[in-house]
Amino acid sequence: MPEIPLPDPRWADLPLAFAVLGLALWLTLTRGDRAAVIGFTGYGLLVAVAWVRLGSVDVALTEAALGGGLMGVLLLTAVARLGSDIDQPRPSLPGDLLIGLLCLGVAAGLAAVVLGLPSPAPSLVAAVEDHQAAIELGNPVAAVLIAFRAVDTLLESVVLALAVIVLWSFGADRAWEARPRALDFGEPSPALVLLARLLPPVGLIVGVHLFWTGADHPGGPFQGGAVLAAMALLVWLARLGRPPPVTDGFTRLGIVVGPLMFLLIGLAGVVLAGAFLGYPDAFTKPLILLIEAAKTLSVAVALALLVAGPPALSGALSMRRTGSTETGAKA
Amino acid sequence: MDLADGFTAIFVSLGAFFFFAGWVGLVRFPDSLSRLHALSKADNLGLGLVIIGLMPQASWPFGMLKLVALWLLGVLIGGATAQMLAGAIHLDDGREPPGGNGDFARRTSEAGRNNEPGAAH
Amino acid sequence: MSGFLLVAGIVILVTVLLGLVRILRGPRDAERLMAAQLLGTGGVAALLLLGSATDLTAATDLALVLALLAAFAAVAFVAGLGMAVPDHRAGQGASGSASRADGDSPAGAGG
Repeated sequence: MPEIPLPDPRWADLPLAFAVLGLALWLTLTRGDRAAVIGFTGYGLLVAVAWVRLGSVDVALTEAALGGGLMGVLLLTAVARLGSDIDQPRPSLPGDLLIGLLCLGVAAGLAAVVLGLPSPAPSLVAAVEDHQAAIELGNPVAAVLIAFRAVDTLLESVVLALAVIVLWSFGADRAWEARPRALDFGEPSPALVLLARLLPPVGLIVGVHLFWTGADHPGGPFQGGAVLAAMALLVWLARLGRPPPVTDGFTRLGIVVGPLMFLLIGLAGVVLAGAFLGYPDAFTKPLILLIEAAKTLSVAVALALLVAGPPALSGALSMRRTGSTETGAKA
Repeated sequence: MDLADGFTAIFVSLGAFFFFAGWVGLVRFPDSLSRLHALSKADNLGLGLVIIGLMPQASWPFGMLKLVALWLLGVLIGGATAQMLAGAIHLDDGREPPGGNGDFARRTSEAGRNNEPGAAH
Repeated sequence: MSGFLLVAGIVILVTVLLGLVRILRGPRDAERLMAAQLLGTGGVAALLLLGSATDLTAATDLALVLALLAAFAAVAFVAGLGMAVPDHRAGQGASGSASRADGDSPAGAGG
């Protein structure tokens, strides 16, 4: 078998880079809202592959789950509610040119910064590797997130819970007891129902697997939670179940359990290990896994609710103009 | 090892060929449904062949099992997505999807009746 | 072997990208959704090949996530069609479709 000498893997990067840039250009220029959103979903998936080429599989996983899956659902359901022929005032040509120039300026500035970094770029990789053994986590990203910069991760989980509260505040007062209706469309196609019956068990396993394997390999609670949230959304979109009302106790518990567990263990660390979010040596790995498990659950619940929308009474969310006959035949 | 490599080379090449065939169909076929057909069938077959080809390179047992699971998932999702998109294309053309997909059929025929009384269903 | 797998991966990646070019031109949105289908199959194949060639251990995991989530754009689009069908009953218009909140359509029980 003649051996092909290993070509430079960077040959894969050139078409990828061109595709990402070309797609971004198309997205800015295309007129149809649904077309742009669909393209944006594809863009998220392409960027995920780009992240792999950059060596960050953790980020790639998050990008695929959020940018490809959840954002797609969020934006497409929004476009479906708003109708595909929204009248927006177009900026004038000078305005367009100015916007374009400013964007180019920002991109050029970022490129200058990244390309101007000293080589090898200053990094803390060596420091992380030195201390990683004490944490018993094989994945350096997980070690940084949950041990070395745990405060940031704690605040991030709290921010997610706050985001849900802010979203809920968009609901009308009289709708507070109602369920979110942003995903409430007509009867789904049977293929969608089939998918919603068969996929969630698989998604559940994949989501839990991502959380579990995140300790030593790319993955983690955020990626796992995002996949779980996507499965919940699938079930809701196929109308096999409905999003819970915001007054539901279990839902609220689910949102809060992640940050709360993190906080409690952090406070316990003050007593047991001498510092907030310090982990006592004997229990480091079990405590970390406990925090991550709770975080996976909270992330899943929060992300799913963020896409499901604020509580609303029926009929309130539809803003489609009557008499519109376009069902998407936008060029 | 040489037999495994040869096996991989053959099946991955076949897979790549089918992806190319799918692309040709995408570009050359005249209407949406046939393009969807080209995409679903050829690309799914290509993926299956590539996965078969990668099996000898994967670890036993879990690497291989993961690949098989991935393929089954791809087939399931690909099939369901193709059905959904085909239904959407039929709907967009103003036809009821064959097999009468739930509410799609009823609402298309209602719209049809309101538009042209003589062309009900 | 790695060289061959890398080349095959790049070939399939380029095929996928060229396919994207054609699909995004497609005259209707339902057709543009085929991009999701394409990335879900072709993207997964390219990723597996590139990952195998560069010894990326997490390639299969990423391929799993990609395969699972690539279809969600299509899912959301198709679900959203429930509301996008033009409703010619001018007076009720939008609220006619939206008020079928729990699946009780005016024409009778849901399919």
